[in-house]
Amino acid sequence: MTQTIIWTVAILSVLGLLLALILFWVARKFKVEEDPRIDEVEKVMPGANCGGCGFAGCRAFADAAVKAPNLDNQYCPVGGDEVMQKVASILGFTVAAKAPQVAVVRCNGSCANRPRVNEYDGVRSCRVKAALYSGDTGCSYGCLGCGDCAAACQFGALSMDPQTGLPVVDEQKCTACGACVKACPKHIIELRNKGPRGMREFVSCVNKDKGPVARKACAAACIGCALCQKTCQHGAITVTDNVAYIDFTKCKLCRECEAVCPTGAIHGVNFPKELDKEAVKKRIADRKAKAAEAAKAAEAPGLARNDAPKQAAAAPAAEPETKKKEVANG
Amino acid sequence: MGGVHPHDSKFARERAIEELPLPQTVYVSMAQHLGAPAKPVVAVGDSVKVGQVIAEPGGFISAFVHSPASGTVKGIAPRKDLAGNPVMHIEIAVEGDEWDPAIDRTPDLVTAIPEDKAAILDRIKACGVVGLGGATFPAHVKLNPAPGKVAECLILNGAECEPFLTSDYRIMIERPKEIVVGAAIMQKVLGGCKCVIGIEENKPEAIAAMSAAVSELGYAGMTVQPLKKRYPQGGEKQLIDAVMRRQVKSGGLPIDVGAVVQNVGTSLAVYEAVQKNKPLITNVLTITGNEMPADRQHNYLFRIGVPLSYIAEYAGGVPDNAAKLVSGGPMMGKAIANLDAATVKGSSSILYLTDAFTRRKAESSCIRCGKCADACPMGLEPFLLNRLYKAADLDALEQNAAQDCIECGCCLYSCPAYIPLLDNIRQAKGQVMGVIRARAAAAKAAAEAAKK
Repeated sequence: MTQTIIWTVAILSVLGLLLALILFWVARKFKVEEDPRIDEVEKVMPGANCGGCGFAGCRAFADAAVKAPNLDNQYCPVGGDEVMQKVASILGFTVAAKAPQVAVVRCNGSCANRPRVNEYDGVRSCRVKAALYSGDTGCSYGCLGCGDCAAACQFGALSMDPQTGLPVVDEQKCTACGACVKACPKHIIELRNKGPRGMREFVSCVNKDKGPVARKACAAACIGCALCQKTCQHGAITVTDNVAYIDFTKCKLCRECEAVCPTGAIHGVNFPKELDKEAVKKRIADRKAKAAEAAKAAEAPGLARNDAPKQAAAAPAAEPETKKKEVANG
Repeated sequence: MGGVHPHDSKFARERAIEELPLPQTVYVSMAQHLGAPAKPVVAVGDSVKVGQVIAEPGGFISAFVHSPASGTVKGIAPRKDLAGNPVMHIEIAVEGDEWDPAIDRTPDLVTAIPEDKAAILDRIKACGVVGLGGATFPAHVKLNPAPGKVAECLILNGAECEPFLTSDYRIMIERPKEIVVGAAIMQKVLGGCKCVIGIEENKPEAIAAMSAAVSELGYAGMTVQPLKKRYPQGGEKQLIDAVMRRQVKSGGLPIDVGAVVQNVGTSLAVYEAVQKNKPLITNVLTITGNEMPADRQHNYLFRIGVPLSYIAEYAGGVPDNAAKLVSGGPMMGKAIANLDAATVKGSSSILYLTDAFTRRKAESSCIRCGKCADACPMGLEPFLLNRLYKAADLDALEQNAAQDCIECGCCLYSCPAYIPLLDNIRQAKGQVMGVIRARAAAAKAAAEAAKK
């Protein structure tokens, strides 16, 4: 009995040793030389393997970063600037700071704002629904509410609100990887700069229908009236195809557009104080009045011309920008 | 292979075709056919006559569009189609009913077929004829096979295998001679091939009427063939299999096996275009439903561009028990999300389906019974494609021929677990087709680069 045990142990030990030696030899002989910096870079990556950078995973990103001549075309949205700085220091590159971004849902067609006009009885998938028809509301641009975006999010940052039927972004969890942007067949979700202390303004609508049609379908639709565009002093707002868009790189967060929007399609989030619409409107009116006066004063010597007074009268409504210049000149 | 046997429900079969009066406004869609949308050639304020060209083809695979009414062009703007998506429409305010004088409106049958093939094809193209079997593929493209391809057999599709629909049946009963002349014209264009008119055997009256017309007119090489009743007997590839016993390969066209398939409605449109110079501005549409009183079911000859809501209103309004409205058959038709949508060349029905008839049942797990694979007329394995779609495995989807799906819905119809197989496979097909198209485009670009 004892002998059997001894023999077994001995044979297995010798066998193990032999195999270990073979493995050791093979590992030495066929070793793949790899840039050690790839491992280093991978170590500082977040390890989410989400693909938000455009590469198959964190290692693929690291591999590409090591081989690339600079880091201009690479950015890890999950790790943000912090990780990019670490990657740059390992590889000896410099990277410019990039503002952190967050996913923004540009549709406010909640059940209350956007009445359902038919019932969808098919698969609970936005992609399938979008291929079939324009959706169960009068708006053919808005959120379909089946939650493809929430299903695509690996970070649990998106959830469907049963009250409104719309997705809600958890800003703490959102890494701006862009998976939801790709998943949405209606292209409603956009990555926007987070803004100072998370404050940002955006148009929560993508409806390209003409005003009355859009308004009929949804109480919170952008009707393309361009009031916001006319009010904005920073040239941040453009209206194309009956829908306004705020350029987040130009927006100065003055909230004037939000105050003048007749349908409440412009949303400001994370502001410390609630918007006092009347006060802002008054501020705009005062400014306009002042500008008009200044314009009149500037144009006064030219009154001899027949069309001058008409121009001055027409100006306040139509051309706030030119007025501004005139104020500056005067 | 495959197929299912839903109840044929052709309740409106005895209702003769009635002509629908014109409403005050018609909306003519620019995307009534497969391929590129047509380009409007009229401007707002122009006055038009019935049959006048109002839009020209927007590409090689595209078709002319003619005015279905006389009146004034009121607008050229996007309008919602029946799925609710904006499509460019020409709005015409109807004033009187003045036809283009070049159109022969007499009911006389013209049997003498023109000799010049090119002239016939030109006429078919100029009259905007498209396939009326469902896909609305421009007829002049299909009737003009690529060089080197020879058509051996023209198959006239009178199967009408979709339940409920009776428009093809009615035209076969009421206008068999015109259909036969249309078929003879297409035979001529295709170089004198034979012609088989396939009709499902649940329509003996249609078979009798068409046989009588064929023997009376006596065109060479034309026969009527009764087909077994099953869905989708009228699918292009299924029909070729049933009539010629030949199978179209994956990715191939019917012409590769020497077949050209045209619907009986298309044949009638070809007759009217070539013999009467009448463009495709009318079609027959069935109004029916699963619980509709017989006197409210109709077959209407409608002008293209008439809003669906106008037809529904004219026929007595939408019944209270209708939970779902479908345009086309119950198997492949599209749910109508917007009843104000205008009819198009391919409109074939308005179906009123009750809630109990149409509501989907709760999905449960696949029990691997294989019914979907038995039912698939293309020999695919829907349960497998469904799983691969969920795993987003595009390579495997392509290997398992998701791109061959004809979207007939047999798998969904047969599934005892109510798994939405078709919905998912349709998505998969779209994705695979995208990959195949991108690959073909890349190969073409590479070949061109190599040439240079």
